[in-house]
Amino acid sequence: MRELSLNVMDVAQNSVRAEASLVEILVEESDKNDFLTITIRDNGCGMSEEQVQQVIDPFFTTRTTRKVGLGVPLFKMSAEQTGGSFDIQSELGRGTQTKASYVKSHVDMTPLGDINSTVSILIRCNPDIDFVFTRTTDNGTFTLDTRELRAVLEGVSLDTPDVVEWIEEFLKEQTENICGGAEL
Amino acid sequence: MKSLAELQAIRDRAKANVALRKENPNAARVLVGMATCGIAAGARPVLNAFTEEIAKRGLQDDIVVTQTGCIGICQYEPVVEVEIPGQEKVTYVKVTPEKVPKIVNDHLVNKNVVTEYTIGSIAD
Repeated sequence: MRELSLNVMDVAQNSVRAEASLVEILVEESDKNDFLTITIRDNGCGMSEEQVQQVIDPFFTTRTTRKVGLGVPLFKMSAEQTGGSFDIQSELGRGTQTKASYVKSHVDMTPLGDINSTVSILIRCNPDIDFVFTRTTDNGTFTLDTRELRAVLEGVSLDTPDVVEWIEEFLKEQTENICGGAEL
Repeated sequence: MKSLAELQAIRDRAKANVALRKENPNAARVLVGMATCGIAAGARPVLNAFTEEIAKRGLQDDIVVTQTGCIGICQYEPVVEVEIPGQEKVTYVKVTPEKVPKIVNDHLVNKNVVTEYTIGSIAD
């Protein structure tokens, strides 16, 4: 993957398939302390301990269309190649949390990329699922919580074109605030 | 600054239009493959290009753009399936954002399949 935001999109898709009603995506980074962590947490169907071990194996997948599953292994590799770490915790019936930690200055660090595009596509394509996206940098933090938007929208769908545009603009403004205009 | 007040205004406008834009049963569907293989091959800009092109033409009520999983032809990603009610499903392969306006114009609007982008013309 050329951007970590693409790994996020991919792994968040697993949450969607696990029938989560709430998916939280946290991106925390600090240049001062030289780290970036990505946490994806859902309240989907979860996995057994045995399955958790299996998803790290590229030759395991629950799908039947093909024999390999590279989503989680690629995400894990992206973190570990920077000297960071990777962790999955899951409980059947409760949900799954995937956390990748990166050493930002490492030569093998993949850029985060267009994380806002990932978030807006996830919301637009899954308007019945709630997403909470939080991004933190040395300059501050912001959160987009679709549950709050839903409360305002009173039944108007999150994939309504004007709403999607509002979400994209909101993400852009907030990102500029805490990244000083340097998005990538 | 984007405010919730602005979102309220959007809501009120959307509610006023609700009768017009309720689920169109004859809407065409554009399915972009967004599993690991599709994403790695560049499906995200393709999906964005479809959304933009369709918005530009004001066809949001007639064409639904959505994502789908891996259909098992990873070597041909990004894969896009176009479903128009009453017609056979068409599978486009190795789609790029540059190919999107032609697919929207020729196939979705004028109902002429862009044969040179389909799986039939590329598979050997």
